[in-house]
Amino acid sequence: MLRFITRRASLSLLILFLAVSLLFAMIHMMPGDPASVILGPKASPELKAELNQRMGLDQPMLAQLGRFYADLARGDLGVDVFSDREVADIVFEQLPYTLVLVLAAIGGATLLGIPLGCFSAIRRNSLLDRITAVMSVAFIAIPSFVVALYLLLWLAVKWRWFPAMGAGASGDIADQARHLVLPAIALGLGWVGYIARLVRASMLEVMEENHIRTARAFGLPERSIIVHYALRIAILPTVTILGLGIGSMLSGALFAEIVFSRPGIGKLLHEAVITRNYPVVMGSVLVTTSFFVLSTLVADVVNAALDPRLRDSRRSS
Amino acid sequence: MTSPVLDVRRLSVSYQTGRGTLRALRNVNMTVQPGRIVGIVGESGCGKSTLISTIIRLLAPNARIDGGSIEFMGRDLLSLESEAMRALRGDGISMVFQDPMTSLNPVMTIGRQMTDIQHRDNRSRADKLARAARLLERVGIADPAEQLKRYPHHLSGGMRQRVAIAMALMTEPALLIADEPTTALDATLEVQIIHRLRQLQQDFGCAVLFISHHLGVIAELCDEVVVMYAGEVVETGSTREVFLAPRHPYTRKLLECDPGRIEESTRHLPVIAGKLPDLVDLPKGCVFRSRCDESIDICARKPPELEGDDHCAACHVVGQ
Ligand SMILES: Nc1ncnc2c1ncn2[C@@H]1O[C@H](COP(=O)(O)OP(=O)(O)OP(=O)(O)O)[C@@H](O)[C@H]1O
Ligand SMILES: [Mg+2]
Repeated sequence: MLRFITRRASLSLLILFLAVSLLFAMIHMMPGDPASVILGPKASPELKAELNQRMGLDQPMLAQLGRFYADLARGDLGVDVFSDREVADIVFEQLPYTLVLVLAAIGGATLLGIPLGCFSAIRRNSLLDRITAVMSVAFIAIPSFVVALYLLLWLAVKWRWFPAMGAGASGDIADQARHLVLPAIALGLGWVGYIARLVRASMLEVMEENHIRTARAFGLPERSIIVHYALRIAILPTVTILGLGIGSMLSGALFAEIVFSRPGIGKLLHEAVITRNYPVVMGSVLVTTSFFVLSTLVADVVNAALDPRLRDSRRSS
Repeated sequence: MTSPVLDVRRLSVSYQTGRGTLRALRNVNMTVQPGRIVGIVGESGCGKSTLISTIIRLLAPNARIDGGSIEFMGRDLLSLESEAMRALRGDGISMVFQDPMTSLNPVMTIGRQMTDIQHRDNRSRADKLARAARLLERVGIADPAEQLKRYPHHLSGGMRQRVAIAMALMTEPALLIADEPTTALDATLEVQIIHRLRQLQQDFGCAVLFISHHLGVIAELCDEVVVMYAGEVVETGSTREVFLAPRHPYTRKLLECDPGRIEESTRHLPVIAGKLPDLVDLPKGCVFRSRCDESIDICARKPPELEGDDHCAACHVVGQ
């Protein structure tokens, strides 16, 4: 297991390195010089030169790249030229809001989706299965910002069950939790259906496998067969998808954060793009990319813990 | 005569398929006496697996029991509540399945699976593990304590099948059913496992229902044989009599083309000219008629009944 984790983690580092390099290349291949893009066409040459110097853009490309890696290694994401604050500080200030939101959304979706998928597989073609099927497809098909808007209009504005804006008073956990409900639903609803469909499909497949027949032939209780013998295998593809999902949700939380005026990485990124604040854009993209790589790593490690065949296979990646 | 462990009477089972009703078993009769080894032999698709799935009531969802009865130690299995049936599985009746590669759970250790099946015991986990280790030793697995910590994919096919046999014997069942347990293994392993099974059967004293494609294995292991063809029993009797003096033309053909020696590796029954009849659209009269050299007028009109006292055959020609 340790060997698997080491191998898989080094691969993640490599992926991260490539992603970061690509990001660097993309920023530098943008047409026009960043300074005039940032300052606008009417900026004076002196101002541009000063900005270029502050952003290190006056140095040769390789030197910039070297410094970029060195800074990254120290956790230094550069300085926001507008507010003069460390980008890392800005990003890590927003990150917890998004993380909590994403984990609540995915956590809720998993807690609902797995049992739903499981029941639909076991009571195949039952009423519950059919209802779940229709609802799942609907939830998957409706874009999350539409869900967000309707939740806002009905539950927050019309019925006032939940607050409409912000993340809640700091230090007040209950208030923060109340503020979390609607955005988490908006973000996670599609995932409930998605996970339910996924679990149902793999559950149906696993329940047909020979080892399940063996377990039944020994008279094991059906419940324990489903939970211990089947679900553990059926869950594997879902874990992989969840890993990808959590990773992409960090930036995908954007709509929920905007609709509910919640602080977070999505909102930060959005504002940074609008104001052409490149250091902040770069910093938030770097952080979300790292989390993406990290969450797929965690998913693979969880899968390896569930399935011994994965941790023993030599060619695992 | 003692009362049989298993008594199957006029059992008929069919599958609902896209083409219509597939009549997989028709009026099947067979008995297994205590402590005896009964072999079932027949071509692929003749209904062997359907028969044993019906016995432990783990049939496919599209299957239907059309009639007949199955008595296990005097209890009618077909009318048991599903919970009562579950209580019998792995306790009174246990199974060894055909494919050792897929019949163990891939994500659980051998030890976990072998302790899980002792779910009716209230002993401690350590006791159950110790018991599992003892059983592994008896089926000829070296270093059992170590093997218990391993996963199925760490073991070879032969080892896995030994594990499966150990699991089936764990609860000391009255009846052990083995569905082609050695078909997936190579010939030397097959011999080893058959000898081991024979010896264990003597030690444990259970009755065995043994299914095989392989006549040599049946001859080696079984006291009695049931020959099946296209969902029907065509001949039954002691292994000696059936092999030395086969009465049904189908059995004779089987024996004619079989090398007959267990050491020789035959994965499938020797080929007999002609095809199995379509079980959805059965011919009138005797099911074997289209492949039989000895058929007479009546064979086309009336299906033969299984007749005889100890050595029975379902054939009009023999019956005369
Ligand atoms: N679930 C099912 N649905 C429809 N037909 C089935 C089903 N299971 C088995 N059959 C058919 O029933 C017949 C008997 O099948 P069965 O598996 O009992 O044969 P078998 O003697 O065990 O064959 P083999 O030696 O290949 O294992 C075959 O014609 C098969 O195609
Ligand atoms: Mg079979």
